[in-house]
Amino acid sequence: MAPVKLVVDHLTAYYGAKPAISDISLQFPDRKVTAIIGPSGCGKSTLIRCLNRLHETQSNAHVEGQVILDNEDIYALDPVRVRRRIGMVFQKPNPFVTMSIYDNVSAAMRFNGHHSRDETDKAVIRSLQQAALWDEVKDRVDSPATSLSGGQQQRLCIARALAANPEVLLMDEPCSALDPIATSKIEELVGQLKNDYTVIIVTHNMQQAARVADFTAFLYLGKLIEFGATEDLFERPQQTLTESYITGRFG
Amino acid sequence: MESPTPSPPSFPTVYLAQRPVARWPDQLFFVVILIFAISIIALALAIVAILVYNSQQSFRVFGWGFLVSSTWNPNAQIFGALPFVVGTLLTSAIALLIALPLSLGSAIFLTTVAPRWLRGPLGTAVELLAAIPSVIYGFWGLWIVVPFMRSTVNPALQQSLGWTGAFSGPNTGFGVLTASIILAVMIVPTISAISRDTLAAVPATQKEAALSLGATTWETTRVAMIPYSRSGIVGGVILGLGRAIGETMAVLMVIGNSDKLPLSLIGNGSTISTLIANELLSNTGPLQISAILECGLVLMLISLAVNVGARLLVWRFAGGQGGKAE
Amino acid sequence: MKFDRFARRKLLSHTITVLAGLTVVAVLYPLVDIVYVAFVHGGGVLFQATFLTARNPTPCSVVSCASVGIAPDIEGTAAMVGLAALISVPIGVLAAILASEYRTGGFGRAVSFTADVLSGVPSILMGAFVYGYLVIENPALVETAISGGLALSAIMIPIVTRTTEEALRTVPNSMREAAIALGISKWKMTLRIVLVSALPGVVTGVLLAIMRATGEAAPLIVTVGFSNLPFDSLSAYNRPAGSLPVLIYNFALSPYSNWLDLAWGAVLFLLIAILIVNVLSRYVIHRMTVKMSGGS
Repeated sequence: MAPVKLVVDHLTAYYGAKPAISDISLQFPDRKVTAIIGPSGCGKSTLIRCLNRLHETQSNAHVEGQVILDNEDIYALDPVRVRRRIGMVFQKPNPFVTMSIYDNVSAAMRFNGHHSRDETDKAVIRSLQQAALWDEVKDRVDSPATSLSGGQQQRLCIARALAANPEVLLMDEPCSALDPIATSKIEELVGQLKNDYTVIIVTHNMQQAARVADFTAFLYLGKLIEFGATEDLFERPQQTLTESYITGRFG
Repeated sequence: MESPTPSPPSFPTVYLAQRPVARWPDQLFFVVILIFAISIIALALAIVAILVYNSQQSFRVFGWGFLVSSTWNPNAQIFGALPFVVGTLLTSAIALLIALPLSLGSAIFLTTVAPRWLRGPLGTAVELLAAIPSVIYGFWGLWIVVPFMRSTVNPALQQSLGWTGAFSGPNTGFGVLTASIILAVMIVPTISAISRDTLAAVPATQKEAALSLGATTWETTRVAMIPYSRSGIVGGVILGLGRAIGETMAVLMVIGNSDKLPLSLIGNGSTISTLIANELLSNTGPLQISAILECGLVLMLISLAVNVGARLLVWRFAGGQGGKAE
Repeated sequence: MKFDRFARRKLLSHTITVLAGLTVVAVLYPLVDIVYVAFVHGGGVLFQATFLTARNPTPCSVVSCASVGIAPDIEGTAAMVGLAALISVPIGVLAAILASEYRTGGFGRAVSFTADVLSGVPSILMGAFVYGYLVIENPALVETAISGGLALSAIMIPIVTRTTEEALRTVPNSMREAAIALGISKWKMTLRIVLVSALPGVVTGVLLAIMRATGEAAPLIVTVGFSNLPFDSLSAYNRPAGSLPVLIYNFALSPYSNWLDLAWGAVLFLLIAILIVNVLSRYVIHRMTVKMSGGS
């Protein structure tokens, strides 16, 4: 059995008194891509936002249960520290609009310590290469981030997250605001990122999960219905609910 | 398309996360901003407290009768607030009466009838009116409006409405009416801007519903837009009132400054603000100071009541911050 | 001519349109008139070479008198508004940060509401408040430039607080989330990312507050009074000082023609400065909101 990077243990997350996800237990394998799928409202975004402790920053939100990274419960650690180890890319690209491409990618480094210009340069180039954006922007890293197209901005956000050197990369429907060409570039990227990072990707598009993920978890109405290797889940689903979703009987 | 192979990381993998995260900068920052935020509330409380404290002497001497006594005699050291309270309320009321149709009319014009390219510049011009300092309005009032009132408006009013007795007395051009007119000019931008905001916020669906029933432009405005915006407009009117009762310089320079109850609309008068401006520094002793500041307290309480009421109305409508009128 | 119902309704609508247009004319007439009159009477004085740099003249009413200048009043205004800005900007910005960026139960809303209400308090009362306070605590400071500066800061604080809060609110939440997700600590995120993004709006708000304070005469009349002396050193803060708005008020009814000319010149000067800053700040805000939505 592959080594496990992140373990979710009996996690329940609330908005006020209502649980958005209930009693979820799940293990995310190290350096693999795991997809979280399910119909709208099933709690996939809430789940992923609990993994970097972003959920609790909203008012009225609280969490029960544990999320264990390697051997530590992230809810017992300093959240700022957690977020440096678990990075996130959002649904709508959100580069810092007043900063250049270079400043965006180097943001984590610049704000979290002092580094020499040389170190920062190397990290920026490396991250932009990892995000498959370097060739397109290498002549204009000082131009504003807003001068990029939507797809490029999303890859910029990926580079920015990678420059912080996280161990886990969370992606919350990263392609839903993008056109098909930009989407396929990012899917290709995900395939390469898993060499270095554990990737967890939320998607409402089943075919995308089938294309990029090694493992898939299916959520419905806040509960985990099934989890397994992507091939197994899609071709031999064990729960009828899973099968109904996959065959399109409800969305 | 070929993606370049990423070069291997040139430093150990987990480095940023290993750096210690200090808690104290965040906590210190929060304490600092908390102190400054508290000072805002402290300022509001302090203003009321200082005015109350300074009013004590006057209250001890004159009691509640102070509010309805119309004698203001520094020589005899007898003071009463009535002339100034009446002056404040009278000028503000007349100003509102004049300003209301003007503000609503221009708000309606700018949101419904005016061609789109004209709306921005005209709206900006109206708001620029709000930026002109009170002392400049006073200066203009003194040199332009007062002569005009003396030569044209007052005689006309005396001729046509003299039978009411409200326009009796010498025609100097100064007086309560002149001050009210200038006040009206000053508060129109406030009322107009808020009315414009509320009218503009009426959803298109409401207007479309009226139009599709064959309503004319005015009928659409009257039926679909004004009722929807009623509380916002009322809030704007109250804010305008709030501004009017507190205006000092413009009123000071044209109202004629008399310490007695005004006997006629074209006669001289005073408001609480002009009293403070005129007599606080050139006073005849602590009792007068206390009486002046007690009047100030009255003004403060009226102003607070008006402002809080207005903002509650506008806040509820706008769902948060008040409009951009000031 | 027969009026059927529909024609009558249309006529009513058109009439109201005309009436509404007339109200706009009536509303804007004072603006036009004030600017026109100020140029006519003040233009000659303002564009004299020494107007901005020379002392107040001695009063005289012979036609050949020199109008000289308003330098001490510009200095006094600058000194007092400067002091007021030094006090009000940190208070206003930091209080706005708490109200906008931190969850504090109802406290942040209370601060915001208080600032809103304070901005409606008549400026004469701010002057009376400072006077009332100094009369008790430190009578030596009555009729000094310091007291004038304090009164102006009481007027500026609510404006800076509200405009800063509005500027902070235009920063989209997605930027804050991006910063949080990178593990950047809150105070750094607030100051170096959120505040920096909102900076044009904050600066504009400060400018507007400064312009408002520059034009206020009432609070100064009851705190600092007036003076013809130049404002030449820090010790001048302990004396009465001249200021533009009070100059205008004092000289408005002057029987001396050169003083009256000076007042007109000052009116024009103040008017131009305020109108320019207002138009500029509108433009800055417009550019900023466009930029925030990702376009350019």
